Amino acid sequence: MAEFIRFDRITKFYGPLCVVENLDLGIGKGEFVSLLGPSGSGKTTLLMMLAGFEQPTAGEILLDGTSINAVPTYKRDMGVVFQSYALFPHMSVGDNIAFPLQMRGIGKAGIDERVKRALDMVQLSTLSDRRPSQLSGGQQQRVALARALVFEPRVVLMDEPLGALDKQLREQMQLDIRDLHRRLGLTIVFVTHDQSEALTMSDRVAVFNKGKIEQIGTPRQVYDEPATRFVAEFIGETNLVEGVVETVQGAEATVRLPSGAQIVSAVSGSIASGQSVFLSIRPERVDLSETRSEGRNVLETEVTDSVYQGDHLRVQLHNATHPLIAKLGRRSREFPPGTKVFAAFSAGDCRVIAP
Amino acid sequence: MSAASSRTRRSLLLLAPLLFFLIGFFVWPLFSMMSQSVSDPAVLRLLPRSAEVLADWDRNSPPTIPMQTALMKDLKAVNDDQALGDMVRRLNSARSGFRTLMGKTTSALKETANPPVDLVSIDKRWEKPEFWLAIADALSPYTDRNLLAAVDLGRNAAGDIEHLPPDQSVNGVILMRTFWIAALVTFACVCIGFPYAIIAASLDGWKRDLMLGAVLLPLWTSLLVRTAAWFILLQEQGLINDLLRAIGLIDAPLALIFNRTGVIIAMTHVLLPFMVLPIYSVLITIPKNLMPAAASLGAHPLRAFLRVLLPLSLRGVASGALLVFISAIGYYITPALIGGPSDQMISSIIAFYATGSANWGMAGALGVVLLVATLLLYSVYARLSSDEVGGR
Repeated sequence: MAEFIRFDRITKFYGPLCVVENLDLGIGKGEFVSLLGPSGSGKTTLLMMLAGFEQPTAGEILLDGTSINAVPTYKRDMGVVFQSYALFPHMSVGDNIAFPLQMRGIGKAGIDERVKRALDMVQLSTLSDRRPSQLSGGQQQRVALARALVFEPRVVLMDEPLGALDKQLREQMQLDIRDLHRRLGLTIVFVTHDQSEALTMSDRVAVFNKGKIEQIGTPRQVYDEPATRFVAEFIGETNLVEGVVETVQGAEATVRLPSGAQIVSAVSGSIASGQSVFLSIRPERVDLSETRSEGRNVLETEVTDSVYQGDHLRVQLHNATHPLIAKLGRRSREFPPGTKVFAAFSAGDCRVIAP
Repeated sequence: MSAASSRTRRSLLLLAPLLFFLIGFFVWPLFSMMSQSVSDPAVLRLLPRSAEVLADWDRNSPPTIPMQTALMKDLKAVNDDQALGDMVRRLNSARSGFRTLMGKTTSALKETANPPVDLVSIDKRWEKPEFWLAIADALSPYTDRNLLAAVDLGRNAAGDIEHLPPDQSVNGVILMRTFWIAALVTFACVCIGFPYAIIAASLDGWKRDLMLGAVLLPLWTSLLVRTAAWFILLQEQGLINDLLRAIGLIDAPLALIFNRTGVIIAMTHVLLPFMVLPIYSVLITIPKNLMPAAASLGAHPLRAFLRVLLPLSLRGVASGALLVFISAIGYYITPALIGGPSDQMISSIIAFYATGSANWGMAGALGVVLLVATLLLYSVYARLSSDEVGGR
């Protein structure tokens, strides 16, 4: 995929506060990239710099190979969808969507036709004459989306656009936006602090922490192969267990836990024997049984609590040195507290993470 | 006794001070000012007998004997010189010549040695119906004379409304001047106040406080003090002229005081808070991200302003302009101190009639004109703003 947007060593200070630090990121044409991170991690600031609302303190932003640092927002040709919609309250829905077309000097007939198409696309064709204040939150967000797409921008930027919607509507909109992205081949940069949203929609996810990208990769990569402790903990739930590397053999390492157990785990990056590390084990990859299974990592544990959560069972376990959480499918048998069980997981289901 | 009615009584009791205050210091003075402008008892009070007889007169034929006798009796009974003077002035303003006629008549009536038989024997002019017509008209306790005069109209001998001759038509000129000065001040306030409010609303923290404080501080200072300060600043040897000469911008001092320029500068300064505050209060309710959104959609900052910020803040500009304009047309101290003779506004004329010439009727009538103008403006504004709300 050809690189379309490039952040080249971007740094941004607000007064003495550094919000983005020496950041590099490339985004391909037609790609859907999510910037995921907690609030204050610099993801929104990066988006604002791409839109031209903020200027980087240092570094360069390139669009299609040319620097856009000096290009004002209104010439950047980027559709922005804001969290609070930012619809113009004094204009009707139709006028809101026509606004970017009018700014580009498109003729009346062309505008009418494109507004109609945009309204059809977000399934609001009957509401063209309403004021934004007469619409529900979800409808307003769809208008904002139509307005940001109607002028066929080179890039679409979304700043937590679904944050104000309720859960059901949010999930529907996630699928709608994903569908639009595929149909129209849009390049989308999407800011969110909701990891499931990022995993649902994106081609790639960039995980932000303290002004830096901790990891960038496909949803599968950032979930299954977290590169850092922050990524492992921020995306989904995980068990982190301390240990010391004994041997490294290719893509696998043997780690000894304080309890004395030996765990074989997948490894990425440079890990040396003798190093103290964390093991990240996703709770849903842990199986429980009362008999020791062969060929996998096994920990002897005791059930301390078991919580029924509708679609899964959440079992809290404890062995001599550390707690462990397992999520079991609904079909699994239940273990009452106090039961001694073996927790088993394959080498591919746990990762060694440098501290 | 139900709980609801006792609650109603309690709330009425709590409202009573306000109601009494409003009635005593707002409704009653307003009503008495308006009734002053139409009441005219000066003649009726002194001529009760004539009033009875004149009611039967056909307003055309020569005066009858009972009419003359009644008037003579009334005039003889008058022992209050002040009241007599008021009546003569009133009659003379309706028909010139009454002053000499009345003087001659009253002195003849005082002659006890050789009492006159009838009025015609004192002066031939009493034969003419015009003089009796003037008395008959002046006997009504109400008059539209003051209200008409306030807008430069009057009644001719036949009782039709017509324009007063130009030498008496000053009120219209002054009213137009008042509206013109108020319009100029409003315009100046919009030009300064709108950008000021935009900047203040876009800042935050101490910078915003400072800008709002700079607007509010003069509001807490006495109007007289502020006007006096401008009096000092604008003088020929004042700070502004000295400064302009020091930087070599002008050679001779600019005439800034006792003319229109000075009045507009000082009034704009005094009234600026009433423009800035309504606009500011509307601007801070406009979401901050609308202008960035407009920019991202391809709008040049100027077009974004014209299409987004201006229409949304127009309500504030309109209420600010109305406040400033209405305050400005009632201004008195500033034009009186800083303006020249040709910059006096309608309030100065009202003050002149009220305190200078004790003509409360004219003062009241001009006050009514001012009130009506204000109410008209307000109704236009209310119509416009309700349209806007209804359109949403």
